[in-house]
Amino acid sequence: MKTVYVDNNATTMVAPEVVEAMLPYFSELYGNASSMHFFGGQVQKKVNEARDKVADLLGADPTEIVFTSCGTESDNAAIRGVLDSYLEKRHFITSRVEHAAVNNVATYLGRKGYRVTELLVDRKGRLDLDDLREGITDQTAIVSIMYANNETGVIFPIEEIGQIVKERGIPFHTDAVQAVGKIPINLAKSTIDMLSLSGHKLHAPKGTGVLYIRKGTRFSPFMIGGHQESGRRGGTENVPYVVGLGKACELAKKNMEDENTRVKALRDYLEKRILETIPNVLVNGDRNHKLPNTVSVSFEYVEGESILIMLSDLGICASSGSACTSGSLEPSHVLRAMGVPFTAAHGSIRFSLSIYNTKEEMDYILEHLPRIVARLRDISPFWKDYLKSQGKI
Amino acid sequence: MWEYTDKVKDHFLNPRNVGEIEDPDGIGEVGSLACGDALRLSFKLDEKKRIKDVKFKTFGCASAIASSSALTEILKGRTLEEAEKVSNQDIANYLGGLPEEKMHCSVMGREALEVAIANYRGQKVKKEDFEVVCNCFGVTDREIVKAIRENDLKTVEQVTYYTKAGGGCAKCHPKIETIIESVRKDMGKEAPPPKPEKKKLTNIQKIKLIEETIGREIVPALKADGGDLDLIDIDGNKVFVALRGKCSFCPSSEVTLKQYVETKLREFVSDELEVEEVRQ
Repeated sequence: MKTVYVDNNATTMVAPEVVEAMLPYFSELYGNASSMHFFGGQVQKKVNEARDKVADLLGADPTEIVFTSCGTESDNAAIRGVLDSYLEKRHFITSRVEHAAVNNVATYLGRKGYRVTELLVDRKGRLDLDDLREGITDQTAIVSIMYANNETGVIFPIEEIGQIVKERGIPFHTDAVQAVGKIPINLAKSTIDMLSLSGHKLHAPKGTGVLYIRKGTRFSPFMIGGHQESGRRGGTENVPYVVGLGKACELAKKNMEDENTRVKALRDYLEKRILETIPNVLVNGDRNHKLPNTVSVSFEYVEGESILIMLSDLGICASSGSACTSGSLEPSHVLRAMGVPFTAAHGSIRFSLSIYNTKEEMDYILEHLPRIVARLRDISPFWKDYLKSQGKI
Repeated sequence: MWEYTDKVKDHFLNPRNVGEIEDPDGIGEVGSLACGDALRLSFKLDEKKRIKDVKFKTFGCASAIASSSALTEILKGRTLEEAEKVSNQDIANYLGGLPEEKMHCSVMGREALEVAIANYRGQKVKKEDFEVVCNCFGVTDREIVKAIRENDLKTVEQVTYYTKAGGGCAKCHPKIETIIESVRKDMGKEAPPPKPEKKKLTNIQKIKLIEETIGREIVPALKADGGDLDLIDIDGNKVFVALRGKCSFCPSSEVTLKQYVETKLREFVSDELEVEEVRQ
């Protein structure tokens, strides 16, 4: 059975070029970048080259790049690192639709006695920036709002948000795990103070991340230890993975146009054909401000996990915001925050593409998906009721 | 990914007896779109009052569809008296087991069967006669009690896995705990093991734990009401605190102190602690 992998917002294939770049650093060039001898020194050079490549993709200065172990660590380090520097300030602003790496930090802070403001979104997943303006107080220590949503692909107006936050002199962090590598980012001309990225979302291996910290941002290190990363993150550099991440960033820059033309066209084709061939499908999220690779749709009157498992049986790997897939009993917090009706929230499916996907793969999905949805609707007690209520049968 | 047995996968990908029986002898419907799963079960009896034909329609995940399919296969050829004895465990066993988090799918099958049999007998299973414990998923005390009894459940988490109750806002968790306790007592089984005895603390450990508990358990609750609290000193088992903000001039602050702060500190640190307020 062939595998059609369209779950790239969950994780991506490590690019063959990345694997190749990493290999020498396991058994041959295994020195510690902090060592005084030549054997460590040559490795230090490679770490710095990787830092340059990450900085180049982001439009940042290499000294502003801190390597971490993952996106979650970067988010924790940013938020908790700033709060630690402003102990007198006890207010945190974020959005209702963040990834768990920020969302659960907010819950944790609430338990610790912080006041937490979660900005709401509308039916299309958009923020009301007036809520942000009104929410900021003298007590606000940091604002953290995601760049693009992992479930719907909706891109927030991050520069406008940053401008509002900046005017009040407050540090602004964004979880850009889904955005980096998919859309161009230029931090040199940005209002962002801190940005998190995750390697495994852009064809680097799992276990790599970056926290960008703009020069002059007050920050206490979260991971306390050695002098690595200029004292901003202790722990021996994970050299092979850092080198891999550098290579992946170099490739992402090269592939940015492909992502925003060919991949976007594939995404548009998939979404359009789904809407044309299957009745009662809703698109989740603002279609005008969306990552080029993400399709999020809800099939009314069927349940998402059932669709996923039937797709999986055909080798198609997608994802769902339905309750059953998460192990919780309620649909995803993102869809609930958007007010997606229950008839559709349980039947949401996300396809997230990468540069490795092809038109043939889209056609393979489109060949089977209408039949799967029709089959499940045939089993569902609500579909026939719905058709009757519409006078269609 | 869930670990489904081959039998679950088979009954999901090739469900048996999908449909609705025209002019059924009994029909039962449970669940809803909002809850994420629903099952409509209908059956017809033969002249010997055995289930001749039974069909289902299900909205839900793979295990919900597989459980419904399994139920219809189990029911065929049974009398209603025999059918009544089918438990959710029988459905799960037929499928070679379900992940524990998915056991509510088998319970949904058993509930639909119960409603369908009542429907045949001209009775009605009325929700109004019972207290709704979980408002998020509309689960009554009767359903919870039944699930605890039939499946020997011990924890709130298990009750959620089997009935969905408590899987939303979690406000009903204390209530579910009380139900578990009373049902298990009734069943002649021991109540859940008591919380482990608090170990003897050194002074430093005690001070740290008091600080932590105040920060984690007490201050957030006071802040919600516009108040705050500072730890001033600890002397042996006496904890001196000062109330701030609204609490400091609240007429019921005496109650706040004695009942709330002390209860929390005793729960998390030591039963011997006494709280005293100081004005600073």
